[in-house]
Amino acid sequence: MRPLDLLDFALKTVTRYRLRTGLLLAAMAIGVAAVILLTALGEGARRYVANQFSALGTHLLIVLPGRNETRGGQPPMLGETPRDLTIDDALALTRSRLIRRLAPLVVGSATVSFAGRSRETNILGSTAELLAVRHLELAQGQFLPALDPRRAAPVCVLGNQVRDELFGPEPAVGRWLRIGDRRFRVIGVLAPKGQSLGTDVDNTAIIPLASAQNLFNTASLFRVLVEVDRREDTARAQQAILTLIRARHEGEDDITVITQDAVLATFDKILRTLTLAVGGIAAISLVVAGILIMNVMLVSVTQRTQEIGLLKALGTTPRTIRGIFLGEAAILACWGAGAGLVIGAAGVGVGRFLYPTFPLAPPWWAVLAALGVAIGTALLFALLPARRAARLDPVQALAGR
Amino acid sequence: MIRLADVQRVFLVGGQPVYALQDVNLRVAAGEYLAIMGPSGSGKSTLLNIIGLLDRPSRGRYELDGGDMTVQDDEALAQIRRTKIGFVFQSFHLIARLSAFENVELPLLLAGMAATERRGRVERALRALGLGERARHRPDQLSGGERQRVAIARAMIMEPRMLLADEPTGNLDRTAGHEVLAILEELNRRGITLLVVTHDPEIGERTRRCLRLLDGRIVADVNQTAGHAPA
Repeated sequence: MRPLDLLDFALKTVTRYRLRTGLLLAAMAIGVAAVILLTALGEGARRYVANQFSALGTHLLIVLPGRNETRGGQPPMLGETPRDLTIDDALALTRSRLIRRLAPLVVGSATVSFAGRSRETNILGSTAELLAVRHLELAQGQFLPALDPRRAAPVCVLGNQVRDELFGPEPAVGRWLRIGDRRFRVIGVLAPKGQSLGTDVDNTAIIPLASAQNLFNTASLFRVLVEVDRREDTARAQQAILTLIRARHEGEDDITVITQDAVLATFDKILRTLTLAVGGIAAISLVVAGILIMNVMLVSVTQRTQEIGLLKALGTTPRTIRGIFLGEAAILACWGAGAGLVIGAAGVGVGRFLYPTFPLAPPWWAVLAALGVAIGTALLFALLPARRAARLDPVQALAGR
Repeated sequence: MIRLADVQRVFLVGGQPVYALQDVNLRVAAGEYLAIMGPSGSGKSTLLNIIGLLDRPSRGRYELDGGDMTVQDDEALAQIRRTKIGFVFQSFHLIARLSAFENVELPLLLAGMAATERRGRVERALRALGLGERARHRPDQLSGGERQRVAIARAMIMEPRMLLADEPTGNLDRTAGHEVLAILEELNRRGITLLVVTHDPEIGERTRRCLRLLDGRIVADVNQTAGHAPA
C-alpha cells in the first residue's frame, strides 16, 4: 500500500468517528498548550529578570569593602586592620580608562519628617552620577548637583512613595524637610520605578555623599557602583579595580568586585531549571494523552474486528494493518499537537496583551519538545493496539469474535 | 489448481479436541463450479477458509497452483490472497463508512496501484454490475442485492482466478439471490473457478459438481452433468 493511500484511508476513519476524534484532539491539544504556556511563563520570568538587570545597566561592577575568601593559619606578624573603602578610593578609580562613570554609595536608614508627619526611610548618599549609573528617572525638579563629592550640601531627591506619603497632593520641590536632625531642601522627585533588585527606589531619599557620611557619622563607603565603558571590558576593569585598590591599600586585597554578569548568570540558571521543571510537569499530561490514545485505539480494534478480518481476507499484510492503525494515531497526534500549538500561541498572545511588561515567550526547545513528545508518545502507545490488530486471526475476526 | 491431501483441522474447545475437518482429499481444476453443502457445523466454512488461506490445516498438505501453502508465512499468504483469491460473504462485509466506489477500490489501494489507474478500473467494474449510478452511495443506502453486487465487484477487481463464496445469497430475498447467483455463474462461464458454500439445495442442483460434508468428512462428491438449470 502506498504511504499516501494509507494515510488517506486512516484519515477517513479518523474523520468518521467525530466525537472520539474530538475528545482525543482536546486531550492532546491541552497537553501541548500546557507545556507551551508553562514554559512561556518560566522563560518570561527569566527574561523579566534579565530585563531588570539591564535596566540597572548591563555593564555594572559592584565594589564592596572586605574580601570574599576564607583566611586562616597563623595570626599575622604585623598588625592588620581591615581598611575601609573611602571617597578617595572611589575618585582614584575614575582615572581608569575602562571606567565610564561610577557612583559611590553610603546607605542607611533615618526618619524623614515634614510638617508633623514622619517616616522611616532608606537614605542613599551618592553623587550626581548615580542617576546615570542606576538608570533612574526624574519626575520633577533636578537630581543632585555635580559637586565635589567631599562637600556636603543640604539638598535631597525623594522617591515617589516618600513624596506621596509626606506631601500628599502638595508640591514637594523647594520645600524643606528633616532627615534625622538635619534640614534638607527637596530639589527633585524620582519617577516611580518600583522594586529594583532588593532596593525599593520609591521608598528612598537620596542626599549628597558627604551629607550622608555626616548623618551616619562614617568615613567609609557602603559600596561603589562602577559602570564599564564597554561590556567586553568587564573582566579587565575588574582586574584594574583590584590592582588600583591594592596599590592604595598597601598591597592588601581587601575589596570584592562583583560583576553584574555573575549575578545575572545565577538567576538565569535558577529560572531555566524552573522552566524545565514546569515543562516536565506539563509533559506528563502529554503522556496521559498518549495513554488515552492507546485506550481508544484498543476499543477501536475491538469495534472494527470485522473490518480488520475483511482487510485480511482482501490480502492486507500484517505490516499494512499495523501501518493503518499507526497512521490513525499519527494523524490524531499531529492534529492535536497542531491545535495545542495554536491554543498555546493564542494563550501567550492574550497574556502579552494583558501584561505587556512581562515578556511571555515559549522557548523554542519547549515547543519542539512538546510536539516531539506528543507525536512520539501517541505512536509509541498506538504500537500495542496496532500489533494486536495485525495479529488477529482472520476467520475469528470476520465472524466478529 | 487446488489440491488438498489428508487435510485435518482440529480446534480445542474447552481442552477437548474437535475435528472440524478429517481426512479431506480434494482436487479442483481451474474453471470448475463447485457447491459445498452440508448441515451446520459440518466443516464447510472451515474448508472454504482453508482453501481461501484464511485458516491453516492442522495436518495435511494444501497445494494451490502447484505451490505448497502450508509452509508460507502470513505476509506471503496475504500476497497470494490478494492476487489469486476473491471472497464473497453472506453478510457482505462492506466497510460502512466508505462509499461503494471506495469499497471496491480497497484491494487496488492495498496493492499499491496509482489513483488514476484505480479510478478507471473501479468505474468499469461497477458499471459491469449495473452499479454505475450507485458509486457514491454508502452501503446503508444500498439494497441487499446491490450490496452483494458491490462485494462481488470488490472480489473481482484484482482479477483473481478463483472466487470463494460463503452463503452468498443467505441474506438476500429470492429475486436478489437469483440475480447475484446469475452474476457469479456468468463469471464462472468466463473461466473463474467458483466455490460456493451453501445451505440452499437449489444452488446445489445448479452446479456441475457438488460436495457434501458431514462431521468434517466429505461423504459425497457428485458430478452432475445437468449443467445450469434456468432460474
